[in-house]
Amino acid sequence: MLNAPAPRDPAAWPRLLITGAALLLLWPGVALSEFDIFVLFNGANASLMADFLAGFWPLAHDLAFLAILGKATLETLAIATAGITLAWLIAFPASLLATRALSISALHCHGSPSWQGRLLRTVVRAILVVLRSIPEIVWALLFVRAVGLGPTAGVLAIAITYGGMLGKVYAEIFESVPNQPTRALLLAGSSRLQAFAYGLLPTASDEMISYTVYRWECAIRASVVMGFVGAGGLGQQVDLSLRMFAGGEVSSLLLTFLALVIGADLISRLLRETRL
Amino acid sequence: MNVRLTGVELLHTNGQRALIIPEMHVNRGEQVALIGSSGAGKTTLLRLLASSLRPSQGVVTLFDQDPWMLSGSIRQRLRARIGLIHQAPPLPARQRVVTAVLAGRLGQWPLWRSLISLVYPLDRAGAAQALARLDLEDKLFERCDQLSGGQLQRVGIARVLYQAPELVLADEPVSAMDPLLASHTLKVLVKDAQARQATLITSLHSVELALNHFPRVIGLRQGAVMFDKAAKDVHPDDLALLYANEQLSQAEVHPQRAQATVSRC
Repeated sequence: MLNAPAPRDPAAWPRLLITGAALLLLWPGVALSEFDIFVLFNGANASLMADFLAGFWPLAHDLAFLAILGKATLETLAIATAGITLAWLIAFPASLLATRALSISALHCHGSPSWQGRLLRTVVRAILVVLRSIPEIVWALLFVRAVGLGPTAGVLAIAITYGGMLGKVYAEIFESVPNQPTRALLLAGSSRLQAFAYGLLPTASDEMISYTVYRWECAIRASVVMGFVGAGGLGQQVDLSLRMFAGGEVSSLLLTFLALVIGADLISRLLRETRL
Repeated sequence: MNVRLTGVELLHTNGQRALIIPEMHVNRGEQVALIGSSGAGKTTLLRLLASSLRPSQGVVTLFDQDPWMLSGSIRQRLRARIGLIHQAPPLPARQRVVTAVLAGRLGQWPLWRSLISLVYPLDRAGAAQALARLDLEDKLFERCDQLSGGQLQRVGIARVLYQAPELVLADEPVSAMDPLLASHTLKVLVKDAQARQATLITSLHSVELALNHFPRVIGLRQGAVMFDKAAKDVHPDDLALLYANEQLSQAEVHPQRAQATVSRC
């Protein structure tokens, strides 16, 4: 019994081969991207990096900097919030148009909507795809050219990209929750909006809230990135501090991001737990 | 004439025949019970009458109109005059009972009123009254997911009582209730229809309930009307034939056929 050889694992060879194949396929990617980790550690680079990282401590906390930090944080929050609000104004009507869940014609023809309805939905979906397929940073660069440096460019960029994302996800949430309540209301003669409010919203609101708050959190991060191209807020400040090798300021700014993301997480949880 | 079916035939998507009714009419203010074994076409017939299914052939006339000849918005207005009580009440779990009941009149309310009422229920008295008729007034502000199956079914009925439609269609409305409550609830439905001169068509599992509460009974078997007569004329032989279960004896040979169900949109 003790000396019996362990049974051979039939999956061992295939797993080994797949691992080998994966490594063979991944290596060219590393080579093509000219990724070279050792450049960090050689000579001058290493000492520069070490100095910079050493500068991260202590945190910058003089009053003048804190005032700038506070203002930049508020600006970032304002960009993200205004951007998400505008995005919602685009996304909500678009999602109502794009979703199959509110189709009256689907009530009878074995669940398939009329061709007019399908055409409209396809057009709205296509618009949403265009809105979100261009990254917000590109929109920000365009708007910085159009309306000049400052938060407006960031707000518009977030509104457009996130409008596309929210619209798509809302429409899919509406289709994924149980549709019997909505269909019963449509069948009792209510309009689409009424059926939405009484049949879909109660079930879909949780997911909508959590996704919207998550997108708001993403908008905070995105507004930081867009700050680098001149769209204001914390990002612009990080850019400045990095250029000045002010490590202490950078770490204070990064901690502020962390606090903002944790805050967004808490708000999301709070909203989901509030039952009305 | 309130409801009329002429040469109606309904096919499943797979081409199988679900319902064939050459002629049937129900006058305004009549109360009719539909009986028959499961799969006989009771739900399909009710959905035809609710304009939720379109007949493959023939004409369904509701209030002297063919819903399938109407434009979409006029058909929605016609649908507001029909109340369908579902066997499984289609109520969102997180909705409060008061809102679920008030939703019965959405077809009659303008959008602004529906939206205000969603946040702050306006006609609380009306909802409470509809619930009180089914002894549920204490559940007015409960959430639907806190109710039992029988209570939910009664909320679904209260919604239609509040809607006060000219044609009430009920698909096994008391299937989750104990016999006493089922009988009481049917009485409420029948009384409401009588008081308002509304038409009531109800499918029922229980023959006893059908014969006790309804003046007219229609027996459906394999998608066709087997008998259509006054409750007092229904003979035990009719019932024996109606429920003679050849499907069960064939079940071993054709298991799929016994399970053939109505395709639901």
